Amino acid sequence: METSLLGGDARQWLIQVSYLVTAFLFIMGLKRMSSPVTARSGIVWAGAGMLVATLFTFLFPGLGNYEWLLPAIILGTALAWWSGRRVAMTDMPQMIALYNGFGGGAAAAIAAVELYRGEAMTLTMSTLAVVGALIGGISFSGSLVAFGKLQGLIKRSFRFKGQNIFNLLVIAATVTVGVFIASGWNHDTFHVTLFFLLALLFGVLMTLPIGGADMPVVISMYNAFTGLAVAFEGFVMQNAAMIIAGTVVGSAGTLLTQLMAKAMNRSLGNVLFSGFGDTGGAAAGGAVTGSMKPIEAADVGVMMAFAQKVIVVPGYGMAVAQAQHKVWELCQLLIDRGVMVRFAIHPVAGRMPGHMNVLLAEAGVPYDLIADLDEINAEFETADVALIIGANDVVNPVARNDKSSPIYGMPILNADKAKNVIVIKRGQGAGFSGIENALFYLDNTRMLYGDGQAAASQLIQAVKAA
Amino acid sequence: MTPIVAITGIVALYIFMLAAFTGYEVIAKVPVILHTPLMSGSNFVHGIVLVGAMVALGGAHTTLEKIIGFVGVFMAAGNAAGGYVVTERMLEMFKSSGAKKKAGGH
Repeated sequence: METSLLGGDARQWLIQVSYLVTAFLFIMGLKRMSSPVTARSGIVWAGAGMLVATLFTFLFPGLGNYEWLLPAIILGTALAWWSGRRVAMTDMPQMIALYNGFGGGAAAAIAAVELYRGEAMTLTMSTLAVVGALIGGISFSGSLVAFGKLQGLIKRSFRFKGQNIFNLLVIAATVTVGVFIASGWNHDTFHVTLFFLLALLFGVLMTLPIGGADMPVVISMYNAFTGLAVAFEGFVMQNAAMIIAGTVVGSAGTLLTQLMAKAMNRSLGNVLFSGFGDTGGAAAGGAVTGSMKPIEAADVGVMMAFAQKVIVVPGYGMAVAQAQHKVWELCQLLIDRGVMVRFAIHPVAGRMPGHMNVLLAEAGVPYDLIADLDEINAEFETADVALIIGANDVVNPVARNDKSSPIYGMPILNADKAKNVIVIKRGQGAGFSGIENALFYLDNTRMLYGDGQAAASQLIQAVKAA
Repeated sequence: MTPIVAITGIVALYIFMLAAFTGYEVIAKVPVILHTPLMSGSNFVHGIVLVGAMVALGGAHTTLEKIIGFVGVFMAAGNAAGGYVVTERMLEMFKSSGAKKKAGGH
């Protein structure tokens, strides 16, 4: 083995030092990613860390099978790079789910290689290998289901009576076989295969009943799962870079998941076991009285052109209509006329927290014009116009005052407090959750019917003419 | 092949604990606007599973081990490369209005 310039020990030291550097770069990178000013450089730091670790791993003593290794790296990198370049910003959540599933699958694959080999391991090591394989396997199949749902490949939620109990039985069986393997009592090929199949099955069963609206929380949770699985397999491989990076992601991902669930006014248990995410039109809630009052684009144009302050409330509907570029063009016209323009973003606008910010950034909206719920809510009272485009439940005042509503208690944007509320909407139907929106019936609300992009174009003309 | 640094027992627990606190602290004060890119960024970071998958495949003996190892390395490389590309694409769009003016925009 020692045919090259460096002996085995020297190479191992080099690898260890490179992993130390990688751990430093990862943590600094994540730290920089948590502020919009330094975020861009953060991913570059982390990327450098990945490159260092990968290159130095080639020094690993006894590393062979290059005819398998190099094609796998090149193929995986090329395909992911290509797909990552192509994916539209609106489809970002499911793409993250897919890549995350790959990471979980890789962690499970490492465990599979170790377990199929069947070499004697200490009880601690075999336990860590099995637990990592379980978490990684669930993350893999679960993330693929999440991807399928958000991509529209899986249309319906599968629910049946006693589902939670059935799932409980499956996970119990998985853990039992896992204990057989980890304890060394029975770790032949059959049991190892059975274990992996059960783990993958559980990931599918656990994710299928969860509705599309809740999927971001689930993806975030699987992200933390993959991190943990990587850390556990890192212990098995005695690989410090995997242990540290995996654990950091495991805890950061857990916190992110909690923050997201909180922003949606849900608990994690509620997301996983209740299946509210797509109740369809079945939602109840108090009756809404009054009528929706339509308005023409020309009138809205005049109203906004002579306003002092306009707050735009965008929702996922705006992104679906690809209207964000037109909306920003409209806002630039207003800014040039001296109107103060802000964007108000609800934490769950878009498909996951922060997704709307990405979509607006893509259109060129500077992040300092974008305010989140806590910053902007007091400002609606002083706004002349609140322009709602593609948002619905996040501006529904029943969340504040109707205890019977399913969204009661969810923090909302107080758009109803603005002097004039303009809602751009395709038709008169209820929103994503099927809950009637009381905002649309208020005296200070006017409805501008039409496709988001077309309506924004009309408004641009109207403001120019004003 | 025995590693020169053994990460076992109480040392392993220390590393685990400190890394967990680090992850928590690094994320704790992040504004909502960065949740999606940050999730994507942490998704990239666990792509480090690539180095473990490389070692697993690099030391595989049977054909079964090699096939599983190949799939593992393929997926790990996909996690790392894909995670990097989408995170970078999202973050490069975050600009302040000051930076835009300098760049010659509106």
